[in-house]
Amino acid sequence: MNMILTLRRRRRVNRSFLGSFALFLFLAVFGAFMVLPLIYAINAAFKPLDEIFLFPPRLFVRNPTLDNFIDLVELLGNSWVPFTRYIFNTVFITGMGVLGHVLFASAAAYPLAKHKFPGRNVLFQIVVLSLMFSPAVTSIPNYMIMSWLGFVDTYWAVILPAFAYSLGLYLMKQFMEQIPDALLEAAKIDGASEYRIFWSIVMPNVKPAWLTLIILVFQILWGTDGNGFIYSEQLKTLHFASNQIIQGGIARAGVGAAVALILMSVPITIFIFSQSRIIETMATSGMKD
Amino acid sequence: MSNITVEQTAPAGTGRQPRLRTWWAVRKREMKLHKHSYLLMAPYMLLFFTFTVLPVLMSLLISFTYFNMLEFPRFIGWQNYARLFLEDEVFLIAVKNTLLFAAITGPVSYMACFIFAWIINELGPKLRAFMTLVFYAPSISGNVYFIWQMIFSGDRYGIANGFLIKMGIILEPILWLKTEKYILAIIILVQLWLSLGTGFLAFIAGLQTVDKTLYEAGAVDGVKNRWQELWYITLPSMRPQLMFGAVIQLTTSLAVADVSINLAGFPSVNYAAETIVTHLIDFGTIRFEMGFASAIATVLFILMVGTNLIVQRLLRKVGQ
Repeated sequence: MNMILTLRRRRRVNRSFLGSFALFLFLAVFGAFMVLPLIYAINAAFKPLDEIFLFPPRLFVRNPTLDNFIDLVELLGNSWVPFTRYIFNTVFITGMGVLGHVLFASAAAYPLAKHKFPGRNVLFQIVVLSLMFSPAVTSIPNYMIMSWLGFVDTYWAVILPAFAYSLGLYLMKQFMEQIPDALLEAAKIDGASEYRIFWSIVMPNVKPAWLTLIILVFQILWGTDGNGFIYSEQLKTLHFASNQIIQGGIARAGVGAAVALILMSVPITIFIFSQSRIIETMATSGMKD
Repeated sequence: MSNITVEQTAPAGTGRQPRLRTWWAVRKREMKLHKHSYLLMAPYMLLFFTFTVLPVLMSLLISFTYFNMLEFPRFIGWQNYARLFLEDEVFLIAVKNTLLFAAITGPVSYMACFIFAWIINELGPKLRAFMTLVFYAPSISGNVYFIWQMIFSGDRYGIANGFLIKMGIILEPILWLKTEKYILAIIILVQLWLSLGTGFLAFIAGLQTVDKTLYEAGAVDGVKNRWQELWYITLPSMRPQLMFGAVIQLTTSLAVADVSINLAGFPSVNYAAETIVTHLIDFGTIRFEMGFASAIATVLFILMVGTNLIVQRLLRKVGQ
């Protein structure tokens, strides 16, 4: 093994030490720019109020305290809608949205990747085209459609569009293309139906792509404030509640930092545990001519 | 095969009819054969068409009407567009700001995604995973605008002000988010901080899949240093990911709105941070001028798809 490694290393082009040093310094400087605001946010959540408003401001906390979290619990104990309700709303919307998206997008991606049926290219082109504009373009007609369907002020106004999120379908289809056809042919010869092939052969083989779809949709829904569809206080999301707290002014700065820390730690934790699978999926994300 | 023989045996005089019929017959048979494919796609496509395709078409139609959500829409031709481009001065500011944001954050974030991915790819596996997390984390940390509000807070407790006062560069705190000349720069900075997302991951993944033997062959063929390696081998082999990343970065950079609303307020001082999307939100959700808002949406749609298609065409030429 060692010999192969040294051989391979020798074959590759020389990397000048100075070049490497400059590049890694560059990476470190910008890495610091990326991570410092997050480190500040984490520290702010544990700062007592007098440290948040300290001059000159400090990055790291000196006397860490859990006061902000205790204040948060107290503040929410007094609110009109119990805080657990906001948590339930966000968890329900995110959970349903993620589950439905992975199922529906995978079911649609399988024929698009593996079957040659009439209309396949047109459908996929439309999906690719939809990656090229942001949801803002469709926001007004979407509101009308939601109100015709009677979904305004329900969870479904946020969940249903997430099912049909087009980036997920795109990535899943690209990933499924690398499943060997022979595997599917063999199952077909054994008499398995298309649905069975999809469920017991294709789906277990695309687990890395599930995780990618999960984190993409999770991050959108976890941070949603209802997109203007949800009015009832008892249906509002955690993110909406946290915005209310942060807007509460100076006295709430610490509590706001605590909520923000709770909100951001969940998607980041999921990413830490699924990083290698997600990278594996992204390897097939390319657009072919 | 069978349709060709049918075609040949058909009488010459009625050539057109049977050919059309057989073409349809073949298609129909194919569609019937693939009915499972359609059934599998049905739930997704139903939702996709309802919430993405139909709205784009509706928006186009509504943009030619006067519509306030109460009365039935009234057809008024090109009036909304005429008003948008000739009378609405704020829209022109929004277009100017949007193009400025996109012209800076689009290319810069695209190149940043690639350059950081490229350097990170040279690291060992553990450090690589860590640095990927460092660069990707801001884009998934949700709406953490409050951090930036604290950094650019207008009093002396704001990080930026506190730091500059302590260094003796300024004497009085600056109202960063209320001063026109700073607003755009700050929004661009925050937008860049948030922009190493899906495109960045696609590049990291793409770099790991470049065929290693190409580098060895390149070394034999006279590639001298890592820059030549990058230009002649890495970039051309990553063209599909480069095209995908371009779509993601470009679309995001033209849709700047959340950062503007959360940092500069809505509406911002003298519309200094107004973008096409915030203008759309203004007319669509506050003034309820749906026809006019739809005209804005249609302009935005054409701008986004048009730019994307042009960039795709340019990128297709990389390495050719």
